[in-house]
Amino acid sequence: MELSKVVEKMQPSGIRAFFDLVLGMKDVISLGVGEPDFVTPWQIREAGIYSLEQGFTSYTSNKGLYKLRLGIHRYLKNKYGLDYCPDEEILVTVGVSEGLDLVLRAIINPGDKVLIPIPGYVSYGPVTELAGGTPVYVDTSKNGFKITPGLLKKYIDKKVKAIVFNYPANPTGISYRRKELEQINRFLLKHKILCISDEIYDDLTYDFKHIAFPTLPLAKKNTVYFNGFSKSYAMTGWRVGYACGPKEIIAAMTKIHQYTIMCVPITSQMAAAEALVNSKHSVDQMKREYNRRRLFIFSELNALGLKCSRPEGAFYMFPCIRSTGLSSMDFSRKLLEEQKVAVVPGTAFGAPAEGYIRISYASSLDNLKEALVRMKRFLEKRRSGR
Amino acid sequence: MDEILEILEKDGRASIEDIAKMIRKKPDEVKKSIRKFEKDGAILKYKAVINKELVKDTDSEVRALIEVNIVPQKDLGFDKIAERIYSFPEVSSCYLISGTYDLLVIIEGKNIHTVSNFVAEKLSCLENVRGTATHFLLKKYKEDGVILKHKVQNQRENISY
Repeated sequence: MELSKVVEKMQPSGIRAFFDLVLGMKDVISLGVGEPDFVTPWQIREAGIYSLEQGFTSYTSNKGLYKLRLGIHRYLKNKYGLDYCPDEEILVTVGVSEGLDLVLRAIINPGDKVLIPIPGYVSYGPVTELAGGTPVYVDTSKNGFKITPGLLKKYIDKKVKAIVFNYPANPTGISYRRKELEQINRFLLKHKILCISDEIYDDLTYDFKHIAFPTLPLAKKNTVYFNGFSKSYAMTGWRVGYACGPKEIIAAMTKIHQYTIMCVPITSQMAAAEALVNSKHSVDQMKREYNRRRLFIFSELNALGLKCSRPEGAFYMFPCIRSTGLSSMDFSRKLLEEQKVAVVPGTAFGAPAEGYIRISYASSLDNLKEALVRMKRFLEKRRSGR
Repeated sequence: MDEILEILEKDGRASIEDIAKMIRKKPDEVKKSIRKFEKDGAILKYKAVINKELVKDTDSEVRALIEVNIVPQKDLGFDKIAERIYSFPEVSSCYLISGTYDLLVIIEGKNIHTVSNFVAEKLSCLENVRGTATHFLLKKYKEDGVILKHKVQNQRENISY
């Protein structure tokens, strides 16, 4: 059968084959995982279990349990001073992934363009295409992996409707300070470009305070803000995220959501509601642990001669491997085959990331240490030409 | 709590070099801080957490929690009598408690007889001990924050975006 043209050209095949290779191999030390190595804190799991015992097994409101939306409202107000109305401006989604799909489908008309900085998270481009839009990839590799008005200017025209980006960023670990964000915000407002801000890693910002995009001057009306429970609360498998934004956009997203998803599973919503009120301590503990690993592995990678800047957030390092003379894919494949260490080739996140690999430090310190020993062996072998 | 202490409390074997990297300090500084903690008694000792249920030939197979009622001594309060009690090698832990009794004493012994002998012949006979209630421990699930069970292997996929 003839498949959708858009779908057929999606997904770079080389990367998929590499993923399959990793998944089929045993005893791999993996630094290739994009999710926390912690288990969801017990009080949150317990809330999920309790909700099942109580018989909460029905659909919820399409927008999500009111209790959860109210929790999100209070949480954001407390944390960032952001005031989103739980009735009209908040939508609970199946992770941020679903939310991004919804927002792009809600705003895009044929011919509309969407700015997507790369290297960047893998779903932004394909989801834009599925929504009928045209992704415009902004190459940040010569700009410290950051977007700036100067860089964006080169890519815009009248058809550009929105930008999708995340900070702290997967895969580069970079983030933005207030001043940088203010410049980006002014640029977007001036050119009437909607900001789709994926801030799923906000709690994992290490060297300075995270600034939520909609808190910037005049930004709230021009921003759809995304966050969720996966990273901060180690809840990836529960699949709960949320979108906050102007009510007409949230209403449009809700329309699609109600036909395609109906609602997020109630057990997950119950657990998420608990996470918001009772888990600050657990989040802080996890963050402190990530931070130690970050500093540790940063120091070790540089000692190995794999140059990288100290990431400011998330749980990724993005070292340059050009000194080995290998491509990202060859490096990753050989490291896997010879030393059984899995990393993700930078090119998985866009062609400009050739020469880089993504290393996730969401892995125990013992694992990180063993992986580094193996990487050292791998690099020494290459350098001595054996 | 100091970050060095936090790291060592979790892993007493963490090396000075590793700690230095984790907190962005020089190894010498870390070494100095640890020395100071040891000297001040903030770090008392380093030990392994052993799951004794899995060690068959252990000398301390029976544990009991003993509630002890005390008549406090003038000027000294509970401290002096507590010291007399915790100095016995059988006592593994000793706490002053609020509520219906005063001291919670944890005893380790080879068998039920060694424990009851200790209670009958040593503890109860002390001048200021008014009464005791002994509870034998049946099973340990968690101790000092450590769950005494093998962890389930992490079930994440080995690679994901």
